[in-house]
Amino acid sequence: MAHGPAKGIGRWLFATNHKDIGTMYLWFSFSMFLLGGAFAMIIRAELFAPGMQLIKPEFFNQMTTMHGLIMVFGAIMPSFVGLANWMIPLQIGAPDMALPRMNNLSFWILPFGFALLASTLFMEGGAPNFGWTFYAPLSTTYAPDTVNFFIFGVHIIGASSIMGSINIIATVLNLRAPGMTMMKLPLFVWTWLITAFLLVAVMPVLAGAVTMMLMDINFGTSFFDAAGGGDPVLFQHIFWFFGHPEVYIIILPAFGVISEIIPTFSRKPLFGYSSMVYATSAIAFLSFIVWAHHMFTTGMPIAGELYFMYATMLIAVPTGVKVFNWITTMFKGSLTFETPMLFAIAVVILFTFGGFTGLMLAVAPADIQYHDSYFVVGHFHYVMVAGAVFSMSGAIYYWLPKWSGKMYDETMGKVQFWVAFVGFNIAFIPQHFLGLAGMPRRYADYALQFSDWNMVSSIGAFMYGAAQLMFLYNVVRTIVAGKPTSEEKTWEGAQGLEWTLPTPAPFHTFSTPPEVK
Amino acid sequence: MATENNYYVPEESRLPVLGALALGLMALGAGLLLNGDGSSILLTGAVLLIAVMYVWFRTVIRENIAGMNSDQLKRSYVWGMSWFIFSEVMFFAVFFGALFYIRTLALPWLGGEGDRSDMIHLVWPEFTAQWPLMETPAQAAGSNEFVGPDANMSFPGWDKLFHWLPLWNTIILLTSSVTCHFAHHAMKHDDRKKFNIWLAVTVLLGIIFLFLQYEEYHEAYVEMGLTLESGIYGSTFFMLTGFHGFHVTMGTFMLLVQLIRSLKGHFSSGDQFGFEASSWYWHFVDVVWAGLFLFVYVLA
Repeated sequence: MAHGPAKGIGRWLFATNHKDIGTMYLWFSFSMFLLGGAFAMIIRAELFAPGMQLIKPEFFNQMTTMHGLIMVFGAIMPSFVGLANWMIPLQIGAPDMALPRMNNLSFWILPFGFALLASTLFMEGGAPNFGWTFYAPLSTTYAPDTVNFFIFGVHIIGASSIMGSINIIATVLNLRAPGMTMMKLPLFVWTWLITAFLLVAVMPVLAGAVTMMLMDINFGTSFFDAAGGGDPVLFQHIFWFFGHPEVYIIILPAFGVISEIIPTFSRKPLFGYSSMVYATSAIAFLSFIVWAHHMFTTGMPIAGELYFMYATMLIAVPTGVKVFNWITTMFKGSLTFETPMLFAIAVVILFTFGGFTGLMLAVAPADIQYHDSYFVVGHFHYVMVAGAVFSMSGAIYYWLPKWSGKMYDETMGKVQFWVAFVGFNIAFIPQHFLGLAGMPRRYADYALQFSDWNMVSSIGAFMYGAAQLMFLYNVVRTIVAGKPTSEEKTWEGAQGLEWTLPTPAPFHTFSTPPEVK
Repeated sequence: MATENNYYVPEESRLPVLGALALGLMALGAGLLLNGDGSSILLTGAVLLIAVMYVWFRTVIRENIAGMNSDQLKRSYVWGMSWFIFSEVMFFAVFFGALFYIRTLALPWLGGEGDRSDMIHLVWPEFTAQWPLMETPAQAAGSNEFVGPDANMSFPGWDKLFHWLPLWNTIILLTSSVTCHFAHHAMKHDDRKKFNIWLAVTVLLGIIFLFLQYEEYHEAYVEMGLTLESGIYGSTFFMLTGFHGFHVTMGTFMLLVQLIRSLKGHFSSGDQFGFEASSWYWHFVDVVWAGLFLFVYVLA
């Protein structure tokens, strides 16, 4: 156990160390984030003005599909798995992840899976063009031939997620240091435990959905074809039974990060720790019984519409508990506003905004107006980007000094935050207006009255894109030329086992478990 | 040696990245195969995957024999296997869910029930909902896109009870779960001879089950006109029983490996996780069959 990292490429290829694997996850997900971001830039450039300027409509469809798939499965999810790999053993006092070799397997599947998915862009027929939700029959009867690569890609990416989650569950349940009881776990660990449970529960459902597609396309079954007695709506039920827990899979670890950052910079313990744990569990439970609120216009008995409407609104209760707890943690705290705290506060504000538009969408009769419009696009980008991605940026600034032993430049961090914050809002607030005015999502062209807000939105998107390049610059510059720091506690108010370790964190930590009082 | 304070973390391993490569090759090869030809890539990936799994399990077994696994590490394996089985439960749940949705909602709607019967009647005027679905909506509309089966697998009546394969399959699989439990019980008392016998019986019953399943499929395709293409009844029937059959194959193989290990002298009353994990899997497969028997064969 005393050995340091191996030399050369073997260190990464054959890694079993949770920190190395976490680092690979983080860099891989960031490269996917830039790729998915490039697709978004193409989309916004095309939508800058009405009429077709740069690309063909067929290619536009491929861009919206690939942007969604890569951001959800390639960028956000693996980035939080990377964070879990780095932080969970440090936060619970474990020597490593419970199953280190399987940990490396779950990482290395991802480059193969996404290479397969991205290669479809260069194949005859083009990349998947049926939207990231791949509704049948668009993804079956009318799909390009490359759909089979998409299906097998999803299969192996799903296997990666399941193995990663099993590893996290085993680590949290089995490798806690003596005295680290469940109700002493840092909230990031708690949210990841529940997220991992959600992943193990719903990734097989996604595998089932794409398997049925595979069979319908290639082997003559009729799951999603009414001519044989099947039903395309069945696809939507299965997809969203996976898809709704999936959005909490994305946001719960982000909640965990926020619950770490806010107490640190408020110099107060988290308000309502146990209620946070119960709220997270309640959100996870509710996520399984609300899926059809994505399908209000697809056709459902009225009793179904009512049930899914009210059940969905229930989610606002535990989510509200969380938001109030964060605010109450800050209340009368000794606040400072370093970059991680700026991101965390932005998440509380912007995620809440996204939550409110979610409530609007939950109202079944109103949703018939908003459905599949740019209002929906604006809504979920407030949750996915301002919720998950912002908290990820905050997390990197928060823990990077501990990882690298170098301090980032506070001014540069703050500048990057403000460019991202302003750019994001310019990009996505107008999309709500566009949606309410009737502009449908996933269209390559639009009517003239939507021109102004689309132009504004594109300018904001470019600004937000630039902010990510600044983020890359900040991270690389910190690692290469940042001011060295060896303080155990980077932040004055930080609590938790990771801050008892030397900085930078040594290759092996907690080989002998610490005693937690 | 291993204690609670010494959790074994392997230094490095070539297996995971090769396993990922194997899965990548298999995905690529399968995709190419369906779009033309990729069989050699698929095969290369499969062979590599089998080789990786062989070496991986061999490594883990040797580590265990060498005493590198602390009790804490063993608990990690227990959690790992348990949650893996849970993910399998969810995988079967999708196909059961699809079956229930089709049977209780989609087909009756297609047959004209519900609020939108006026519209449905315009699209499929001649179609009547029934289960098992012997005449597909396409057939009712005069198309031969999906042709329903000539016969189905449901309960044939009391007089033909003993000629009904699913009943025999149920008896065989339930029995195998019991014999598997006897084997476990024997090893708990370090009775290796009994263990080997009961485990061999379990493996044999698994093989007989698979043989009967093959017979059933053969009959379905050749005599009953029941295929993957014969509408939603064929789709759900073959996907549910097919995936189950695949899992029985896996389970039989896992138990066979444990039998070979026992013959080589592995396992004792206190150290038999390889067998226990396989037996959990076997019981899980058995429970799935109970669900299949009930919802695919009996209540149809």
